[in-house]
Amino acid sequence: MVIDHHASRTTRLGEVPSANVLSRRGFLQVGAAAGGGLMLSLSLPFGNREANAADTFVPNAFIRIGSDGQIVLIMPYVEMGQGTYTSIPMLIAEELEVDLKQVRLEHAPPNEKLYANPLLGVQATGNSNAIRGAWQPLRQAGAAARTMLVAAAAKKWNVDPASCRAQSGEVLHPPTGRSIKYGALAADAAGMPVPEKIALKRPQDFKLIGTPAKRLDTPAKVNGTAVYGIDVRPSGVKIATLAQSPVFGGRVKSVDDSAAKIVKGVRQIVRLDDAVAVVADHMGAAKKGLAALKIEWDDGPHAKLTTEDIARELDQAALRSGAVAQTIGDVDKAMASAVTKVEALYHAPFLAHAAMEPMNCTVHLRKDECEIWVGSQAMARVQAMAAKAAGLSPEKVIVHNHLLGGGFGRRLEADGAVRAVQIAQHVDGPVKVVWTREEDIQHDMYRPYWVDRISAGLDAKGRPVAWNNRFAGSSVIARWLPPGFKNGLDPDSTEGAIDLVYDLPNFRVEYIRVEPPGIPTAFWRSVGPSHNVFVTESFVDELAAAAKQDAVGFRRALLDKSPRARAVLDLAAEKSDWVKPLPNGSGRGGSLQSAFGSYLAQVAEVEVSKNGAVRVRRLVCAVDCGTVVNPDTVQAQIQSGFIFGTTAALYGEITLKDGRVEQSNFDTYQMLRMNEAPAIEVHIVNSQEPPGGIGETGTSAIVPAIANAIFAATGKRLRKMPVDPAVLKKPT
Amino acid sequence: MALAIRVNGNTHSVDVDGDTSLLWVLRDVLGLTGTKFGCGMALCGACTVHVNGEPTRSCITPIDSIGTSEITTIEAIGKTAIGAKIQKAWLDREVIQCGYCQSGQIMSASALLASKPNPTDADIDDAMSGNICRCGTYVRIREAIKQAASG
Repeated sequence: MVIDHHASRTTRLGEVPSANVLSRRGFLQVGAAAGGGLMLSLSLPFGNREANAADTFVPNAFIRIGSDGQIVLIMPYVEMGQGTYTSIPMLIAEELEVDLKQVRLEHAPPNEKLYANPLLGVQATGNSNAIRGAWQPLRQAGAAARTMLVAAAAKKWNVDPASCRAQSGEVLHPPTGRSIKYGALAADAAGMPVPEKIALKRPQDFKLIGTPAKRLDTPAKVNGTAVYGIDVRPSGVKIATLAQSPVFGGRVKSVDDSAAKIVKGVRQIVRLDDAVAVVADHMGAAKKGLAALKIEWDDGPHAKLTTEDIARELDQAALRSGAVAQTIGDVDKAMASAVTKVEALYHAPFLAHAAMEPMNCTVHLRKDECEIWVGSQAMARVQAMAAKAAGLSPEKVIVHNHLLGGGFGRRLEADGAVRAVQIAQHVDGPVKVVWTREEDIQHDMYRPYWVDRISAGLDAKGRPVAWNNRFAGSSVIARWLPPGFKNGLDPDSTEGAIDLVYDLPNFRVEYIRVEPPGIPTAFWRSVGPSHNVFVTESFVDELAAAAKQDAVGFRRALLDKSPRARAVLDLAAEKSDWVKPLPNGSGRGGSLQSAFGSYLAQVAEVEVSKNGAVRVRRLVCAVDCGTVVNPDTVQAQIQSGFIFGTTAALYGEITLKDGRVEQSNFDTYQMLRMNEAPAIEVHIVNSQEPPGGIGETGTSAIVPAIANAIFAATGKRLRKMPVDPAVLKKPT
Repeated sequence: MALAIRVNGNTHSVDVDGDTSLLWVLRDVLGLTGTKFGCGMALCGACTVHVNGEPTRSCITPIDSIGTSEITTIEAIGKTAIGAKIQKAWLDREVIQCGYCQSGQIMSASALLASKPNPTDADIDDAMSGNICRCGTYVRIREAIKQAASG
């Protein structure tokens, strides 16, 4: 059978049958490994962003138990800081009964012939789905391998397998005190039948899952030996940097490269339709050469575009009716009978990803083959798009994946690889194309700008009886995975706006897809919820204020059907001292989020100065993300998401003027720094539900909590992010 | 023009324009890729190295300004007692996520501890606010510096 990841998400862990039937044509295949040992090939599901081809077995993860006892996991999920390289091996180690240290991860196939192209079949890491997708199949694979190793030992000793057990990388036969290590059994185990029924461990027997395991990828990151995409140095590699048309859709009109060519170390100038690159011995020479170029641009059709134009178009679009994402009850009737009506217009800006590792890609284009070195969240996409750009078939494109210096959705795109191929077509030998920070920010693919028109009606007791939300903006899915956009809707754009935890009897959400002219949009950490949770949770706060009720109490009264949401809300309120008064100019704000399969409640404490400057002092989170694999990673990811979201709330905005992005580096596109970082507390709720995602949750969840805290401190409701201190400044 | 520079105790001769940034000499000429490029304008601290023990943004430091100064990079910081203590604290506290900025963070933190063995929170803010971490590991960086200082 093919494990259905969506079904497994909604099944209570206690109800999962203790045995699962496996089929050789299902998600797992077992055989002998090259060089001796046991090889398991399995097919891991990806989230709803990738179409899963379920009719044929296409393995995308491999577990090899060598005759030396070393366990090697080759898996499709990438490490970009979220801890996947530690939490995924924990799942195998748990069922296989080995120490986490015995599991080694491999990035790319060490043997091209053995692993051939299926490894790159369907591949992307995003939507916080690695643990959600791997939870069942990897544990089952580990358990299957354990069963086969035990069977091999039992056969060797001629005893009943039931009298043996696995422990710490060996099989024991307690009645006789015999033991034999996995390495010595691996080859024989490959000949054992694949078990038809597999018993997974009961949660109370977990030894690793739920413990704060040390990360496996970090030792190389403290001494400079970790290799990110930008660090690769194939023999003879040249370094290129580039200037792309400052207006999206513009072209190169003319280039005077006479001064650039004579810069020491510059090898050649590559002119493309819409970009110019300088190829040099090192980045210093490439940058100096780039600065010496005189480029005239034809700005094209978007030469006059401004952010205001786009915002105005979205404002207008949100007046029209859209595709109905969810409807419950009769909103119009309920609204007509409401005692109090509240209406608001929310804006969420374009945002750049600004991963610390600037965009880069290294390409060696040979006559009939292309080799690529990159850190990507979506290797298969890189392979496909690079192949198209190079005019090769995908199997002629070899992609070496490396560590990512931050992904955040930016590295789900392959535009950088396509650009590098275009440059490599003019270069003899390998070329590493490195974007300057300015290019990285001004030629990002941005978190969409969204506009929400939202309204609600309250009854005489202040309870919401009608909720009507209509929003307009870009659909990233429609471009990135076109089959995912159906009937005017996609599952990403609406996550966090529909299926709310609150009991709202009359409820309607509509979406109007509007693509901004010329501006490429992309997934950005916390994706759809990054704007939906800001709007929804700010507006719930508005309703509490309109009802003259406490913001936590108001939410709580709507959570009778959502015990997990209510539990995290109560815990966050308790831990944050919600009821304790704060001095003037300070305030607390809360938010509640159900997204990515996890529940988060958080309270932000802010201080607003007379001149309107906002200081975020303290963030308290209560999280129920189901069964916790690595609690330290859960803590770290929420800390990380909160800082990412706080940065967006306080500073995040990409604006356009004359078709050009106005921000360019960390002086104009600011990041939260050490001296501004709030204290963060994370409280994890003990849960035996299946694991939820965690890498993105904090980012979307914290923005409305900060906006609500500012309201508590100042009485001013911010319906547009980022925070504008001028609005908050006290009149003198 | 060939220049001689001292990096991690070794002398290297490099043939680049004198205004080339130290960062590119380290990464692209000498192959010491542990030092990272983040912004090119001394705004993010990813490129921090020590020049005679002083934390220095290598992305804006011209190679001809170095002279005979001793440059230390992330690849060699673990050979100093303070650097090793910082690295250990970083691992003990699980500071690191994507890790890209951490070379610079570790270089800034080890320079801080060399000049102030028991830094206050304000000292940490002063020394570390030039280093951006997009993964938001600030809370743990602060804890790790305190651990290294007390250990």
